[in-house]
Amino acid sequence: MDEALIGALVASTLRVAAPLILCALAGLLSERAGVIDIGLEGKMLFAAFAAGTVGVWSGSTAVALLAAMGVAVVLSWLHGLACVSHQGDQVVSGVAINIIAAGLTAVLGIAWFHQGGQTPPVSDAVRIQAVFPSMADSALFGHNALVYLSLALVPVVWWGVYRTRFGLRLRAVGENPAMVDAAGVSVTRLRYAALTLNGMLCGLAGAYLVLAQNASFVPNMTAGRGFMALAAMIFGQWHPVKALWACLLFGALDAIAIRLQGVSLPMVGEVPVQAVQALPYLLTVVLLAGFIGKSVAPRALGQAYLKER
Amino acid sequence: MSASPGATGPLPRWADVALMPAINLLVALVAAGVVVALVGQSPWEVLSVLVRGAFGTPRGLSYTLYYATTFTFTGLAVAVAFHGGLFNIGGEGQAILGGLGTGLVALWLGPHLPEVVVLPLMLVGGALCGMVWAAVPAYLQAYRGSHVVITTIMFNFLASSLLVYLLVNKLKPPGSMSVESQSFAASAKLPAMHEMLGALGIEWPSSPLNLSVVLALLAAGAVYLFLWRSRAGYRLRAVGSSEGAAAYAGIGPKHQVLVAMGLSGALAGLVGMNEIAGVAGRLQLDFVGGAGFTGIAVALMGRNHPVGILLASLLFGALFQGGAEVAFEVSGFSRDMVVTLQGFIVLFSGAMAYVIAPRVARLVFGRMKQGAAHG
Repeated sequence: MDEALIGALVASTLRVAAPLILCALAGLLSERAGVIDIGLEGKMLFAAFAAGTVGVWSGSTAVALLAAMGVAVVLSWLHGLACVSHQGDQVVSGVAINIIAAGLTAVLGIAWFHQGGQTPPVSDAVRIQAVFPSMADSALFGHNALVYLSLALVPVVWWGVYRTRFGLRLRAVGENPAMVDAAGVSVTRLRYAALTLNGMLCGLAGAYLVLAQNASFVPNMTAGRGFMALAAMIFGQWHPVKALWACLLFGALDAIAIRLQGVSLPMVGEVPVQAVQALPYLLTVVLLAGFIGKSVAPRALGQAYLKER
Repeated sequence: MSASPGATGPLPRWADVALMPAINLLVALVAAGVVVALVGQSPWEVLSVLVRGAFGTPRGLSYTLYYATTFTFTGLAVAVAFHGGLFNIGGEGQAILGGLGTGLVALWLGPHLPEVVVLPLMLVGGALCGMVWAAVPAYLQAYRGSHVVITTIMFNFLASSLLVYLLVNKLKPPGSMSVESQSFAASAKLPAMHEMLGALGIEWPSSPLNLSVVLALLAAGAVYLFLWRSRAGYRLRAVGSSEGAAAYAGIGPKHQVLVAMGLSGALAGLVGMNEIAGVAGRLQLDFVGGAGFTGIAVALMGRNHPVGILLASLLFGALFQGGAEVAFEVSGFSRDMVVTLQGFIVLFSGAMAYVIAPRVARLVFGRMKQGAAHG
């Protein structure tokens, strides 16, 4: 392989991986606190819509980013209202968020912009540009700020989860909420805090799709990325750094899949694109089944905590 | 799903069975009405066009029943798994595999055998494929400890990749532009309702409604008999309500996981009979179109009981058909509004059941006590 090809593969791997990383970190924070988050996809989609809409209306990147994060945080709180404040089923609530997001973004998009659900493209001034315009072609240095932010957030989340008091409590509340409660720390408040951070990260991921990748919102534009991030988080065993590797692996598979189209490899012949695209999900299932390594979820994951009175 | 949603307090049976679903539906409808009003349309106009479109004409009614058929299959699938204590979120993938099984049997045997042989084989093929696709996550849950919710989500994506691969690379006739298989032979097509009624001398407008609506009713009856009138069904429900107690009584929970998911997958697999054998007459992309997820809403709405599921399917069938009519008549209305409402229904009758139910219980019981005090 020549250098240009490797460079292009690395560049597109990072581009694809960035929203996955943000979303996987979001899921990680929520699930480490014991709250299953199937709704990553829906939150990212709604945030993308908010970023597109507000980006067009306000003409400001900051406002668009805030709107995206705000909308995703509100959805996270809805999840919290159903499953943390009350004993609703976390999976059902996540499914509801996904369906509502898919429907409502299209309804509002059609009503407000009359373009079949698409938003008009946001202007270049609003879009998030490459950090170093002079190196726009570089595989590592040609990206926009959100790509670097997503990479930088990995050690930040690692530090927060493993090296702070908040992180210790967060992990404890996902393993044994009764113990945390007995220690006099509010389970509810901790889980809401985790969900709030989760929403902010999902918001960034959604905003990335509209402000950095595409130029406008398109119905269903997340196209399963939220679920792939969920898979990456599980593949990364609920650990930020391992999840980063999983996201990069899945991103690389995506980059390779596009390039493999119609190419015949020596020895193997033509590899079907669908097989490469399905590989992240297959790998996750294999890992979950314990055939390669073992992925163990936080112990109290999915259980509502009912304070004894 | 740990406990049955909504069953928080000791509500009287009528309230639990009829009042709660009605209230949850009403809340969801109000939320959807607010959205409709927000985008500048009249909720009443939308609702009246919707009801007229769904039930007003024989043709509209046929479409409603056609949609309801698919939702009955996926709703029953979710319910059977639920009674086994499992949440089958993979109805979408199992339905895709079911359609694939049905379609492959039709393409393979259709040209050689008569209807009476091919159609039952297609049914078996679809159910078997759906069953196998659900049995793998079930096996992994029972014997390898991987969570069935996550694995079935992954299997949804694997199923759709498999379907795309087979259609694009194997089944598409060479030279054809559209991604679909060749048409089935005439013997591999399920008769349409208007053809059957026409043969009996009753005139009925043409619609996608076909014989599988009868299959859906039979499936609902069979699920009822299995769950509440058979030993195997009792074992399954025992494991679903208390794994420990069931194990103590000598019922192996691991085996029941396989039974529950296998049956669930088989039911979802029947979607292919309606969409592929009944309507399309060939294998296509996207013939499931989210029905697997609608099944979750149907099962929640129908309280996981076959009768409730039939009613809830009818409701969702009406919403999808009526929604299409509204999109045609009211400018700016899109069918995605129906998807939104579906999400609200999952939210309010599923996830938020614990938010509304206790308040209703308090309301009802407060009044009953008051009545007793006065009487």
